Amino acid sequence: MENTTIITLTIDGRAVSVPKGTSILDAAATIGIKIPALCHMDLKGTCVKNTPASCRICVVEVEGRRNLAPSCATQVMEGMVVRTNSARVVRARKTVAELILSDHPNDCLTCPKCSDCELQKLVTRFNIRRMTYKGEQSVRKKEETVAITRNMDKCILCRRCESVCNQVQTVGVLGAVRRGFETTIAPTFDRMFKDTDCTYCGQCVAVCPTGALTERDNTDRLLDDLCNPEKIVIAQPAPAVRVALGEEFGMKPGTIVTGKLATSLRYLGFDYVFDTDFAADLTIMEEGAEILHRLRAFLGGDKSVKLPIMTSCCPAWVNFYEHNYPDLLEYPSSAKSPAQMFGAIAKNYWAEKMGIPREKLVVVSIMPCLAKKYECEREEFSVNGNPDVDYSISTRELARLIKRSNIDFESLPDSDFDTPMGESSGAGAIFGATGGVMEAALRTVYEVFTGKTLPRLEFTAVRGLDGIKEATIDIDGFPLKVCVAHTLGNARYLMDKLRKGELNYHVVEVMACPGGCIGGAGQPYHHGNIEVLKARAAAIYREDEGKPIRKSHENPDIKQLYEVYLGEPLGELSEKLLHTRYFDKSIK
Amino acid sequence: MKVSCEALRQVEAICRKFNNDPGELISILHECQNTLGYLPEEVQRVIARELGIPASKVYGVVTFYSFFSMVPKGKYPVSVCLGTACYVRGSDKVLEEFKRVLGIEVGETTPDGKFSLDCLRCVGACGLAPVATIGEKVYGRLNPSDIKKIVAEFGE
Amino acid sequence: MTINSPDVLEGIRQEALKALSQREESNKATSAQAAGLEKGTPHMQILCCGGTGCKASESAKIAQNFQESLKAHSIEDKVDVVVPGCFGFCEKGPIVKIVPDNTFYTSVRPEDVEEIVTSHILAGNRVERLLYVDPSTGQHISDSKHMNFYRKQMRIALRNCGFINPEDIREYIARDGYKALAQSLQRPSEDVLADIKASGLRGRGGAGFPTGVKWEIARKFDAPDKYVVCNADEGDPGAFMDRSIMEGDPNSVIEAMMICGYCINAHHGLIYIRAEYPLAVHRLKVAIGQAREYGLLGKNILGTGFDFDIEIRYGAGAFVCGEETALIHSMEGKRGEPTLKPPFPAEAGYFGNPTNVNNVETLANVPVILTKGPQWFASIGTEKSKGTKVFALAGKINNVGLIEVPMGTTLREIIYDIGGGVKGGKKFKAVQTGGPSGGCLTEKHLDIPIDYESLAAAGSMMGSGGMIVMDEDDCMVSVAKFFLEFTVDESCGKCTPCRIGNRRMLEILTRITDGRGTEEDIETLENLAKVIKDTALCGLGQTSPNPVLSTLANFREEYEEHVRDHKCRAHKCKSLLTYSIDPALCKGCSACARGCPAEAIAGEVRKPFVINPEKCIRCGMCLSRCKFGAIKVI
Repeated sequence: MENTTIITLTIDGRAVSVPKGTSILDAAATIGIKIPALCHMDLKGTCVKNTPASCRICVVEVEGRRNLAPSCATQVMEGMVVRTNSARVVRARKTVAELILSDHPNDCLTCPKCSDCELQKLVTRFNIRRMTYKGEQSVRKKEETVAITRNMDKCILCRRCESVCNQVQTVGVLGAVRRGFETTIAPTFDRMFKDTDCTYCGQCVAVCPTGALTERDNTDRLLDDLCNPEKIVIAQPAPAVRVALGEEFGMKPGTIVTGKLATSLRYLGFDYVFDTDFAADLTIMEEGAEILHRLRAFLGGDKSVKLPIMTSCCPAWVNFYEHNYPDLLEYPSSAKSPAQMFGAIAKNYWAEKMGIPREKLVVVSIMPCLAKKYECEREEFSVNGNPDVDYSISTRELARLIKRSNIDFESLPDSDFDTPMGESSGAGAIFGATGGVMEAALRTVYEVFTGKTLPRLEFTAVRGLDGIKEATIDIDGFPLKVCVAHTLGNARYLMDKLRKGELNYHVVEVMACPGGCIGGAGQPYHHGNIEVLKARAAAIYREDEGKPIRKSHENPDIKQLYEVYLGEPLGELSEKLLHTRYFDKSIK
Repeated sequence: MKVSCEALRQVEAICRKFNNDPGELISILHECQNTLGYLPEEVQRVIARELGIPASKVYGVVTFYSFFSMVPKGKYPVSVCLGTACYVRGSDKVLEEFKRVLGIEVGETTPDGKFSLDCLRCVGACGLAPVATIGEKVYGRLNPSDIKKIVAEFGE
Repeated sequence: MTINSPDVLEGIRQEALKALSQREESNKATSAQAAGLEKGTPHMQILCCGGTGCKASESAKIAQNFQESLKAHSIEDKVDVVVPGCFGFCEKGPIVKIVPDNTFYTSVRPEDVEEIVTSHILAGNRVERLLYVDPSTGQHISDSKHMNFYRKQMRIALRNCGFINPEDIREYIARDGYKALAQSLQRPSEDVLADIKASGLRGRGGAGFPTGVKWEIARKFDAPDKYVVCNADEGDPGAFMDRSIMEGDPNSVIEAMMICGYCINAHHGLIYIRAEYPLAVHRLKVAIGQAREYGLLGKNILGTGFDFDIEIRYGAGAFVCGEETALIHSMEGKRGEPTLKPPFPAEAGYFGNPTNVNNVETLANVPVILTKGPQWFASIGTEKSKGTKVFALAGKINNVGLIEVPMGTTLREIIYDIGGGVKGGKKFKAVQTGGPSGGCLTEKHLDIPIDYESLAAAGSMMGSGGMIVMDEDDCMVSVAKFFLEFTVDESCGKCTPCRIGNRRMLEILTRITDGRGTEEDIETLENLAKVIKDTALCGLGQTSPNPVLSTLANFREEYEEHVRDHKCRAHKCKSLLTYSIDPALCKGCSACARGCPAEAIAGEVRKPFVINPEKCIRCGMCLSRCKFGAIKVI
């Protein structure tokens, strides 16, 4: 980086100094002037960025300029004089919002995004109290997939979803189609998501400012099951849920609500409240064993062994390589995701133990993720049409359900998860952040491989928001080269190298969402604020530190499960229940 | 309608002629449309694969530019100029008459595949306004009452 | 043949001049008498317009007939048939010009060829019936120099159009072509750039940014790959000067791009051209091919070590691609959506490389400025707008065509002197300049000397140079609606004001022309127009409300009549019209009823017919069919 020049300018009569290259929007924010913006999104520190300067909500007056300037994309200049609230600006801004509103179905009361909609907030903020402009409204395609609900009538063409789908995830499904008033953001050839390469990562949903892209809602279905006396309904919340759920109830981002989460699930009527963290430990046992297996083969001179081994917990990532890299399906670990491992154990071991017939048992996962909804529907994860995990609800859906069930979340007492599938280690907890699976695996792989106790449990090199992180871990003299990537764009970079034979790692972790599961598409909306993700990640690591057991292989319930039921990792029963295979899903 | 394998091979050849360079997408689309008459989905998929870009990108470009068409044009494509010079000399009425005589709207093709109707903006023959083109031929100084006769020329 | 030094270039020029001298002489002289082979003229030339307009009227067939006829008369070695670019006088096309007596034949048809050959080329007698008739005197005029259409023109950008064979680079060289390049390459590039700056040349494609300053900015950004882009995406409906220049004088564009490349230190040239211009594409390809063949494009040009080459890129029917950032995205194989400036293309353009974009007409001026000197160019025009401007004069005017006049010429001179006044003796109402980004000017603006500033001050703009004349039969609300329909059709859809705002404006205009408008609508329209101008992302969006704002400023009473009195004074808005048959005048001939496409007219033969207003679609067919003036429209 060259030396940063400092620029001084005046905004609304106040002087402000910021580094060269700063936008007027960001400069204003440093002195507490919050210019309204809509299409703009910049998740600083990640590659999630969208600055088309197209909505024109954030326009400001810059002295000497003929027309108004979009503050999100106009860089500061020395001596610039900016007005963010002159009569001219206020009128223009309101008119632009009114225009957006004139092409928007104003069914806010029944919109899934009601009260969390960025457009709605602007309308209130600008004091728009009537429909000034009436005219033809766009009628666009609607679709409900297992994971994502699409109602593009509500699309305001901010292009955030297009940016994440293309620049960030490089999935390249959503794009602008046609032009002018007819412009639509649509999947390839105006098809349905299911007929495209969509991975259901849901990042389009995570960034959508309105109700155009939302999650598929499963709360009514869950309520029906909870009320059904014939059904035994059990819950498994993912690691990332407990560090984000509180936000939906006005708590500070990063508040850990594990105890309240367990209590709320009981109050909702779940018969048993278990924990996906437990299954995360199980995943480490299986995946760790697989890592060790391949490494030993490799060290033994087996040239055919596929390295690097890649994690396979993230269902969007699985979709991504099945669609785009069908030639490389032997690289990812065959281990199922923690949620599916949980389902397999619950519907086999636990159901048998409890004497509950499979069809009476309803396993519900509570996930930060939308792709998990899709994962539940994968045929290979069901027995005679009965899925191991019946369905998944997102963090947001759970929050809605809690509110709907008259539960005052903040005043809830803490409680523990049920046993035997509720106990977890700190290693299981950190699955929720990018690098977490790698760190958890390293703790176990190191100790099993070397037979020694780790002097220090934290592998900080694989933590943090860098898109691709690398580290070389000394395992008794063997330099284990690992790599951690989050977002599918970074994954594509690695896979393209792998295809060319240029990827020189032993183990690679991939998570589809920015920041890992804490930034999942089912989480409370971050609205472009990176501090929210950072606080959640910090909380994940605090959760780990607070655990008495911090290594998966030391989780007593896991040990017992192997002793009484599974036998050993990669054993016959483990292979049958906890491992899967992948399919070529490329569109020919 | 299914695109023949041979046609798809032609598309591949065109892409390769442009070194499979995504920057040449529009030139490639032009040449494919010149060769095949239109740009159906299969063709766009082949182009996307050859250039290593998402098919949604190709589709986004095809639908952006009015020159590209995903449906086959009529044997005799009719284009009525709606440039300003033609407009002030009554091209809107000429267009209405074409629609009436052919029984189709702008962007459509007659069921027998003979005529398709489009608008264009200025062929630069403003001296002959209002103007329409059928295929390569330019018809100038048109009057709505001429249209029936002109269409009939292609009638057999 | 490779031209590897200025001396070789001069040699070719001298050689090529021989073929051209007869045309040069003929252009200067005025001969009362026609020449003819039988009268002793040793050699003659037939110039047969090869512009798109004339080609649409079978000028290619005319040229072919000439060739055949000459052969039939065995005089093909004594007479050349040359196909130059547009003469400009499209109203009277196809044009055929005979050299050396400079006879200008108008509205020639393929079947006239034989007569021209036998009576003029052979016998030396002009074919009087094909000569231009001066409307004021009724006299035949054989020499274009004496026609009002040409008299006030000054052809700089169009200097070679209608004169040289655009498919022969030697004819261009004979007219001092590539001389500016040769001279420039001998000079420090900053001096050449200083000349362009001193000339005061401004961009001819829109807002009129000073060309020299633009080059200077592009020069400052250093990069291994820099680009000179010629914007030939002439999208303004009703403007065709760029096309005519490329068809008539493609080498002038190529030479200018190379000079620009030399000045800004770029070695790549790209021409972005509309796919709807096949002839211009062809001529450019021929010219580029010949320039390469002569070593004028490629490596080590004229032995100076300067490298430059040009590629052609095609548009695909999107008006917005005339905007330079959209144009660049389109050349990159993307949707033609504009992006915010800065960064300007000069800093980050084609694939992120420094790029300079100039339009065709701007470039066509460059070589002459350098050969004749910046002072010469700066002496033409007004204080802030130097040189000439080409306009495509069209609409309700007698002499439709392409004209070039010095900046500062008044609209009155253009419309009445050059254009010959309003067609059919109707009353002048407005003139629209600047296309969809421009505005409608009225009677009171006719004496303003035209330049960038004065047009902008009057609420219009120079734009690319479309100039459409309207008469009393044109409804100004409908004209505003026409332009807005265009903008809505062509909006890229990226920013809110243009995508939704213009759509809402169009809906309001549709309401007004349908007789459903309110006074409040007019106010809303005005407010929306102002906000769109203030907030749209690109230049096109920002100027899109101009047709509405200018008609509101100059013809507000027409808007008010539509909403208040439900009246369209031009009888253009169908919904506001009522067709009826005057029983006193109707002879009951049934012509109207037979012609009515809606079967809205009924009656008994020899008795007055009646129009059913419910069924009437107000197409006007009955009006055109009635021989007795019985159809009334109110």
